[in-house]
Amino acid sequence: MALNTSHAPAIAAPGAASSVTGAQVATALREAGIAALLTLGLSIPILAFKTEQNQSNALYLQPRWGVVAVVCGLIFLVRFAVCLRAMRRAAAPARLKAPASPFVQKLFGIAVPLFLGVALTYPLLASLATGGLAGARYWIDLGILILTYVMLGWGLNIVVGLAGLLDLGYVAFYAVGAYSYALLSTTFGWSFWLCLPLAGILAAFWGIILGFPVLRLRGDYLAIVTLAFGEIIRLVLINWVELTNGGAGISSIPRVTFFGVPFDSSENGFASLFGISYSPMHRMVFLYYLILVLALVTNVVTIRLRRLPVGRAWEALREDEIACRSLGINTRNTKLTAFAIGAMFGGFAGSFFAVRQGFVSPESFNFLESAIILSIVVLGGMGSQVGVAVAAIIMVGAPELLRNLGFLKQVFGADFDPNEYRLLIFGLAMVAMMVWRPRGLVGHREPSMVLTERKAISGSLVKEGHG
Amino acid sequence: MSDAATMPAPAQAPAGRTPLLSIRGVKTYYGNIIALKGVDLDVHEGEIVTMIGANGAGKSTLMMTIFGNPRCREGTITYAGRDITHMPTHEIAHLGIAQSPEGRRIFPRMTVFENLQMGAAIRNFAHFDEDLERVCTMFPRLKERLNQRGGTLSGGEQQMLAIARALMSRPRLLLLDEPSLGLAPLVVKQIFNVIRELNEREGMTVFLVEQNAYHALKLAHRGYVMVTGTITLQGTGKELLENPQVRAAYLEGGAH
Repeated sequence: MALNTSHAPAIAAPGAASSVTGAQVATALREAGIAALLTLGLSIPILAFKTEQNQSNALYLQPRWGVVAVVCGLIFLVRFAVCLRAMRRAAAPARLKAPASPFVQKLFGIAVPLFLGVALTYPLLASLATGGLAGARYWIDLGILILTYVMLGWGLNIVVGLAGLLDLGYVAFYAVGAYSYALLSTTFGWSFWLCLPLAGILAAFWGIILGFPVLRLRGDYLAIVTLAFGEIIRLVLINWVELTNGGAGISSIPRVTFFGVPFDSSENGFASLFGISYSPMHRMVFLYYLILVLALVTNVVTIRLRRLPVGRAWEALREDEIACRSLGINTRNTKLTAFAIGAMFGGFAGSFFAVRQGFVSPESFNFLESAIILSIVVLGGMGSQVGVAVAAIIMVGAPELLRNLGFLKQVFGADFDPNEYRLLIFGLAMVAMMVWRPRGLVGHREPSMVLTERKAISGSLVKEGHG
Repeated sequence: MSDAATMPAPAQAPAGRTPLLSIRGVKTYYGNIIALKGVDLDVHEGEIVTMIGANGAGKSTLMMTIFGNPRCREGTITYAGRDITHMPTHEIAHLGIAQSPEGRRIFPRMTVFENLQMGAAIRNFAHFDEDLERVCTMFPRLKERLNQRGGTLSGGEQQMLAIARALMSRPRLLLLDEPSLGLAPLVVKQIFNVIRELNEREGMTVFLVEQNAYHALKLAHRGYVMVTGTITLQGTGKELLENPQVRAAYLEGGAH
């Protein structure tokens, strides 16, 4: 019918996101009404009357308005549905390209202060929620664990996210940091505060040692060499028994002190110094704030570095090495600083790990750790600080959540251990992520500098891999 | 080696002076394959010199060889009286040579502003605002897009950005590798006008590698023709434009 040349596609206003607006419904109703009227008009000669013979064989017209009404009604409904469908189709592509809604943008605006607020008050919140500091032990421990991975993620983000150097052996620097503190404190009795910078320096040194041979490598080749480097460090730790005590590890590493004041119940302990009753949780809370400060330092340093020439050189290096060189950037030094600074934060996190555990062994530094840290960076959206934090919470927190899903036992039987399916669920989550959010949770990159005003250019408008 | 004899004595622009860039007997290999078979070329201060040639002639290789990547196996490259043949690429850039490389090679995920900053990094951002103003007047399109990512620019805008980024370092010698590649004729004209202005107003020395022979030769003071790694012809832009061999090989068939 000629009716089909409706102006339905033109109706889809650009503002229409997913649903169809009231004005559009009105238009569709009008379209359907016109169609019904035309049907009615056409029905009068062909449908409304039927010729019948009566008993005297005379022809007469039998009106069939009921049938006409049914047909017109059907046409009305079908036309209405077709119109709406066309509008929705026309609106759909616009929805895909629409920039983040104001709500999402607002969410990003408050995300950072919110995170910071929760992180700062977390021990308090946890003890309030569980009714006492002692009860919050599990939650504070989990918080420490998550923050450790946030810090590791931010450290690796410098190497992978900013400088674009795929590093699969980041755990090596974590190990160097942990063993530095373990060995220095058990051998020489040096305090944590002295060993912390030393561990960072040592890890940075190892970062440079790794950096030199891989200067010419990129992408897959770099990944393989860094992977091997991580394994070499672990195997050295296992086999150099005289120094590292081999696979048995180093135990009785001195615990953290409150700037020299031990966390114990003695006369000179933390509790009696501050006149409060002793609780082993004091040390936990202190460790929590220690790793929080270390992580925040990593973050602040990264943000600052991004604004400095060296930070921008990292990012330019990630984009195009040849262009970098012809712009006069010393790519060798740029790469080495990225490796060294990334490794340094790994070293800090490592010595924190050692002081928290009081025990280190090579088993803590296997490839799975590297893979988890790298997944945190990739899932978070390479180069995004907030994204890395969110990804760390999900990657480290989710397995803990899984551990507590007791009701699944009732469904699948008592032998069912949800934790055994952890990696399976991780794999599924990753595949889903890569399908729906291939740029990571927070996929857009904030420019380190803007001239006058920020102009949002969504990453989804840029070619894949260039967002 | 070169049949420059077909040309009247090549008009060496300011004769007698030592050239700003001097390339002598440069041979470059990719593995065992020779790409440049002994190239001699001079660029004098204040000149626009162009090199034309077909695909695979070695034009871009020469451009990259000047920057030491790939490095030439034989021959010497002298810039402003210094032998730069074996100098690391980034140090060559520090001597005042800037390059808009083949394929533009802008930083796609960084904004236009950040791209321009990278160009100025070499000078430690001295006169940054002034230079930014200058390239923005030259390319008003870039000014509109300063906070936009490089990768979202159109091809022509990306080319402008590549040239602007090179200019941010205030170079003495500007190397341009096929600035007309893949651009609409109108944009090509715009870009060539900017090159001419740079040369006339600021006396900038430009070495231009092009396939768009007509535009390049019209713009340039002097030109070279390269065929499979060898320079076969040289002369002033006008001479080459009128040369029957050049016309037959590079200008017939609607090149304009």
